[in-house]
Amino acid sequence: MVSLCVLGFLVLAVLIGPLVWTVPIDEIDFSKRLQGPSWEHPLGTDDLGQDLLARILYGGRISLAVGFAAMAVAILVGVIVGAIAGMAGGRVDAALMWLTDLFLSLPELPLLLLIIYLFRDSLVGIVGPEMGVFILIVLIIGGFRWMPVARLVRAQFFSLREKEFVEAARALGATRTRLVMVHILPNSLGPVLVAATIDIAAAIIAESTLSFLGLGFPPDIPTWGRLLFDAKDNLDFAPHWAIFPGLAIFLTVLSINFVGDGLRDAFDPRRVK
Amino acid sequence: MTEETLRDLIGRVKRGSLSRRGFVKRVAALGLTAPMATQLLAVTGAAPAAAQSVPAYAPARRGGGALRILYWQASTLLNPHFAVGTTNQDSSRVFYEPLAGWATDGTLHPILAAEIPSVENGGLSPDGRSVTWKLKRGVKWHDGQDFSADDVVFTAEYSRNPAVGATTSGSYQGLNVVKVDDHTVRVEFERPTPFWADAFVATAGVIIPRHLFANFNGPNSRDAPTNLRPVGTGAYRFVSFAPGDTLRAEANPNYHLPNRPFFDTVEIKGGGDAVSAARAVLQTADFDYAWNLQVEDEILQRLEATGRGRVNIVEGGNVEFIQLNTTDPNVEVNGERSSITTQHPAFRDPAVRQAMALLVDRESISRFIYGRGGPATPNFLNNPPRFRSPNMRMEFNVARANEILDRAGWARGQGGIRQKDGVRLRFVFQTSVNAPRQRTQQIIRQAAQRAGIEIELKTVTASVFFSSDVANPDTFTKFYADMQMYTTTMTQADPQRFMNQYVSWEISSRANSWQGRNVVRWRNEEYDRIFREAEGELDPVKRAALFIRMNDLIVGSNHIIPIVQRPLVSASLNNLRPVLSAWDSTMWLLSDWWREA
Repeated sequence: MVSLCVLGFLVLAVLIGPLVWTVPIDEIDFSKRLQGPSWEHPLGTDDLGQDLLARILYGGRISLAVGFAAMAVAILVGVIVGAIAGMAGGRVDAALMWLTDLFLSLPELPLLLLIIYLFRDSLVGIVGPEMGVFILIVLIIGGFRWMPVARLVRAQFFSLREKEFVEAARALGATRTRLVMVHILPNSLGPVLVAATIDIAAAIIAESTLSFLGLGFPPDIPTWGRLLFDAKDNLDFAPHWAIFPGLAIFLTVLSINFVGDGLRDAFDPRRVK
Repeated sequence: MTEETLRDLIGRVKRGSLSRRGFVKRVAALGLTAPMATQLLAVTGAAPAAAQSVPAYAPARRGGGALRILYWQASTLLNPHFAVGTTNQDSSRVFYEPLAGWATDGTLHPILAAEIPSVENGGLSPDGRSVTWKLKRGVKWHDGQDFSADDVVFTAEYSRNPAVGATTSGSYQGLNVVKVDDHTVRVEFERPTPFWADAFVATAGVIIPRHLFANFNGPNSRDAPTNLRPVGTGAYRFVSFAPGDTLRAEANPNYHLPNRPFFDTVEIKGGGDAVSAARAVLQTADFDYAWNLQVEDEILQRLEATGRGRVNIVEGGNVEFIQLNTTDPNVEVNGERSSITTQHPAFRDPAVRQAMALLVDRESISRFIYGRGGPATPNFLNNPPRFRSPNMRMEFNVARANEILDRAGWARGQGGIRQKDGVRLRFVFQTSVNAPRQRTQQIIRQAAQRAGIEIELKTVTASVFFSSDVANPDTFTKFYADMQMYTTTMTQADPQRFMNQYVSWEISSRANSWQGRNVVRWRNEEYDRIFREAEGELDPVKRAALFIRMNDLIVGSNHIIPIVQRPLVSASLNNLRPVLSAWDSTMWLLSDWWREA
């Protein structure tokens, strides 16, 4: 419950915050560089004298959006693949698991470089630099994180479809779709939700890896990963610069994990009240 | 001739921007006799006397213990003629030596040569067509064999043999090396060559032993065991080497200079990153010396404040600068972008280029980002001082940039972006991934925004940006962007190779696989002409004037905007006395390094 509040607060803050805290994110002021927190700059400033609160709020929108969207892509693909494999069995299962293994064995980074090299310019031309990179990153991160989910779902399906309550439903004449949607899928979602929450964190971090390699968002867009990256060399004398974005990532990931835990408990039909 | 001009000339001789010979020539042309002119110099204290370009070596004995050096990029090979990149060149230089090296004031310092050739000692022919090197006697290779003129002649043959594939081959073209006797070698040039100190000098000039490489002077050159177990003439000899990790050496007991080397052993450890290397010397004192600290000065200053070590700053010719593309990166001509048949739609207007130059806040970039590691400069050619132009100015003035653009007819349109005849002032600005560069990008972007110019920032990881990969569109030599920024390095104390970056025959294009050095693709007939002139000009004063004119032409076009000089920054412990040079390898005079008690 507390974590839901924290998460809600963070989401609200990044959505509404920039409307309330209207300091520009890229106002350079050398006379105010590397200042600690003050009333004028509640979270201090970076080495160009830019206000960190404004940057964290703005960057949070991007980081959270990337995290959630990439998670959604990964879960969607993973559940579909896992469910089909788990229900169909036989050749379809084998083929889908080969596909999963194939994706798992692909070297992520070289492929990323290739995809960005091939599609970045055309996509940026269509929807602009910020949106183009956003779509690419979400698809790439999502597209490389669904394999564990798929395996998880498949394993759950294998064990659940032999359980007595599924047997009972089948004996009562439930269709295959109904079996999956009503009986098996909800019961298999517990671990998936936990995996999903981990995925959000992984996506936020993957985005910062890309920025690190110069492949993510343009360097003037302050995502949380980029803020941390910029701050790391100044850690011992401007700790506020790294602490606040780090804290934001930490709180987000932690609260999402707790929310995931709570959701699992709530969804678990077998839980004894 | 007024007294004032005379005093001015003498002043220039004292500062080193005019040679004594040049002075005598000029004064003679004005009616004074040569002996009178030299008298004048002697009287005013600008006579040769003790031009000490290398600090005195104090230790009276050896046995200085261990020297630990940290390179955050590790070396992989110890053959100086195969070395790509500074790390391999530096590691090889621990063992091998050239005939002469470049001291940091841009003068030559003899190492395996007995003296520096000059017209006075008969080493240089007055027509600039040959150089005679006298070799030091009694020098031995680490395996006990004698060093002789045969080794020098062999080094040239080896380096320019295409089957060997040496990276230094460029320094041995268009010349002929003749053995005069066992300790004399003459280099004969096909054309009069004012810059004669390339072959056998500094990084490209290290001499290798003929008796060990003679069997590998061909396609099997890469199989030579000495590529990994070097046998040189240097102050330290080989102990062990783990490529990509650690190199160990010990003092050479038979070194050809007295009391040297000071240290018993040398260890060069590779790996890590620049910031942790700085910490390992300045904060924890685990190492004696750390190389090439591309770190924000703010961090270095705070580390230095702990008082254990200091930061060495050696000024050279490297310069960080912005290029404004002369060609259009968004139009494909026969499948080639940024083709020289096109013109950049916005930058072809001098007003836009002038405005861009006014929008670069060099003072702030230098003060707040690079600190001691980057003094602001209006010039592309900054060093040695006699080549520095006094004519260029730098100014940061957003209001004037706006005024210039208004006057040139670039009116503000949608979103406050200026446009004219359907061309919007919207540029892609690329550079490599590097914290200070991203800071600089942001500062320029903000200033440009205030002048109605929108800049999209792009960063490319350094290993791609600086690679010569023909298939990759993001390399700096392809320049598929409107603007880009990087540091160009000046590796010799003579600007000839540095300034060929703007001659028309060096233009980077598909025809030369983007290997041309003129990346901005600028063309100017006057520049080409005076560059050719400088190549054959033997009078040092006139030659310097030609290079200054070249600097003024390219900088005045505003197609390039110099930002800051990039001196070499390294760290050493307080008691270490390294001898560094901006014009040669870090290890160029390792024999003279010592430690105070």
